[in-house]
Amino acid sequence: MRPSTVVLALLAGLALAFAVIFGHFSGSTATDAERLAANRALVEHYGLTDLALFTEARYTRHPSQADLHSAFQDHPSALEHFPTGSLVSPRSLPLFRDASLAGKTTSPD
Amino acid sequence: MHPWLEKQLHLIDFTLASLARRKTKNVGLLLAYTLIVFVLASLSLFTHALRSEASYVLAGSPEVILQRMVAGRHDLIPPGYLERIGRIRGVQKKEGRLWGYYYDPVVNANYTFMARPASEVADGTIMVGSALARERGLAPNNTISFRSYAGKLFGFTVAAVLSPDSELLSADLVLLSENDFRRFFEYPEGHYTDIALSVANPQEVRTVAAKLSTALPDSRPILREEVLRTYQSLFDWREGIVLTVLAGAILAFAILAWEKASGLSAEERREIGILKAIGWETGDIIRMKVWEGLIISLTAFLLGGIAAYVHVFHFGAAVFAPVLKGWSVLYPRFTLVPAVDGLQIATLFFFTVVPYTAAVLVPIWRAAITDPDAVMRA
Amino acid sequence: MIELTNIRKAFNQGRHNEYWALHGIDLSVEAGKVTALRGPSGSGKTTLLTIVGCLSRPTEGRVRFKGEDISGLPERFLTDIRRQSFGFVFQQFNLIKGLSAVDNIILPGMPTGRPRRALVERADELLDQLKLGHRSRARVEWLSGGEQQRVAIARALINDPEVIIADEPTANLDTALSREFLAILEGFTAAGKTVLLTSHDPLVVDSSAVHRVVGMRDGRLTAD
Repeated sequence: MRPSTVVLALLAGLALAFAVIFGHFSGSTATDAERLAANRALVEHYGLTDLALFTEARYTRHPSQADLHSAFQDHPSALEHFPTGSLVSPRSLPLFRDASLAGKTTSPD
Repeated sequence: MHPWLEKQLHLIDFTLASLARRKTKNVGLLLAYTLIVFVLASLSLFTHALRSEASYVLAGSPEVILQRMVAGRHDLIPPGYLERIGRIRGVQKKEGRLWGYYYDPVVNANYTFMARPASEVADGTIMVGSALARERGLAPNNTISFRSYAGKLFGFTVAAVLSPDSELLSADLVLLSENDFRRFFEYPEGHYTDIALSVANPQEVRTVAAKLSTALPDSRPILREEVLRTYQSLFDWREGIVLTVLAGAILAFAILAWEKASGLSAEERREIGILKAIGWETGDIIRMKVWEGLIISLTAFLLGGIAAYVHVFHFGAAVFAPVLKGWSVLYPRFTLVPAVDGLQIATLFFFTVVPYTAAVLVPIWRAAITDPDAVMRA
Repeated sequence: MIELTNIRKAFNQGRHNEYWALHGIDLSVEAGKVTALRGPSGSGKTTLLTIVGCLSRPTEGRVRFKGEDISGLPERFLTDIRRQSFGFVFQQFNLIKGLSAVDNIILPGMPTGRPRRALVERADELLDQLKLGHRSRARVEWLSGGEQQRVAIARALINDPEVIIADEPTANLDTALSREFLAILEGFTAAGKTVLLTSHDPLVVDSSAVHRVVGMRDGRLTAD
């Protein structure tokens, strides 16, 4: 077989596999849907607010509950030193509570 | 077969033969390119799937959580606070919650302790998350002791282990009765950690929160929408490590493309001259090079993408696990639901295939348009 | 067949190193015959060859091929004519390393979109005629000088052109191989092809295979 036909066939095969994997296999199956629903129910039942992904520090474990100054820990210059702290951003939009300050401060909290 | 098609096959034959002449170099190139696509695609798939799952699952979290702030820090809810909220229209339920952190020196791990009603957890028993159970080797009916911050030892019996399917949410949870919680942490009587409120109508949540702020000026309401927003910005591309990985991958890719674009060797220039001399048009030469760019970049993209999918959704993004774990001891085992963001994949395609193909064309452009008589003179 | 009228060619025109290689050449190349350009190096033979074969354009003057003026044609049409009607054999052979003999030979046929099988068949035919069939799949850099030249000739013939142009064809060959080349020349004439070549090898210029010899010196034709 000509090299060109071999390569084109390979590419076509890869493209097909790509399309099948990304098209057909994405999205949840029935078991997935069950699991997700069960987890959502768990969240509701226990009143959870965060994923238990980063158990390094309080503010990485509960980033949505952390107060504005928790990254400073106990000292103003105790800057971020937990690796996963770099994966969660500081809030880009103001908290509801601080909405009245919007536009009045030079930098966001 | 149509002459145009036959001609493209000829061009591809030639370009493959050219690539085969420097087999090791080109295979290395393909591998490097595939690796870059793999890393970028893995990152993209993983973060998107995690964010999707978080926003779905956390949609069940309380509508408003009220915290009390003293001198900028989170402080306890004192007795009477709940009553001061009074009756606010739209609030269906308000309850004081008790939860906190515990550092376990045995495994150097942090746990989250949560108090639950007596109907769920009896005094003297606890329910634990499955990652914790795994780490401490716990099963139902085992006993475990925790030393409180005051120095006293408390023993508990494990009543149940939470489902492993929920590890992403419950990995480090220890659920115990309110009495046990207060005794263990020596929590002041009548105080709570925070207050969870449920509001029936989502449109009213902000109004309720406004009323709360007025009634209790030292409080800080956290709305569910803010919780969800926190998790939307998780792994944002501007974030520390993500930015570093991205920058690294883009730099590597730029080097690759630069190497391609930075000019032809004398040998390559001569070959283009020969092709023109024997009857290839400028357009034929350019078309041939476009095929070269497309074949390499498409192969790398497809292979890298498929590998990324398998990596993230079958192997749980094992490559990123050390980063995500950071310094924590407990790390949840979880498989994500394949949620693919078509836009991200399309962007990845556009930014890998197009620049590379263009980079292949740049150096040959001039050679392809010059007169071939230079060949005769060589 | 081919008519050259007042051909003048300059290099680096307008710059300080401007150089006129040809100073007004008038030449008529007869169809079906072998014409040789003889002259010392620097006489402009190769330049004239490139102009005749549409590899470059004259600075002044006209080239007519079968009555049609080709010197002013756009690149697309020029390449088309070059591909269909002219076959080149370069002095340095100019084969593409890393490809087999067959792959080299079919190169000029690729842009035409002819099926690969037809091209390879024709290439094998040509190689057999040139007594090189047994080396068809060998890489060209492993072939000897004479073998490479025959591959170059076969490449020139793949599209069955009417005119063969050869630049110093025997420069890298010994006597025996040169004699073989002359036999090939005679084969071209028998097939009705026109040949234009340059040489300062007396073996070629004085042989009976060459029908006309034109002298050149310093960019001008000399009386032969």
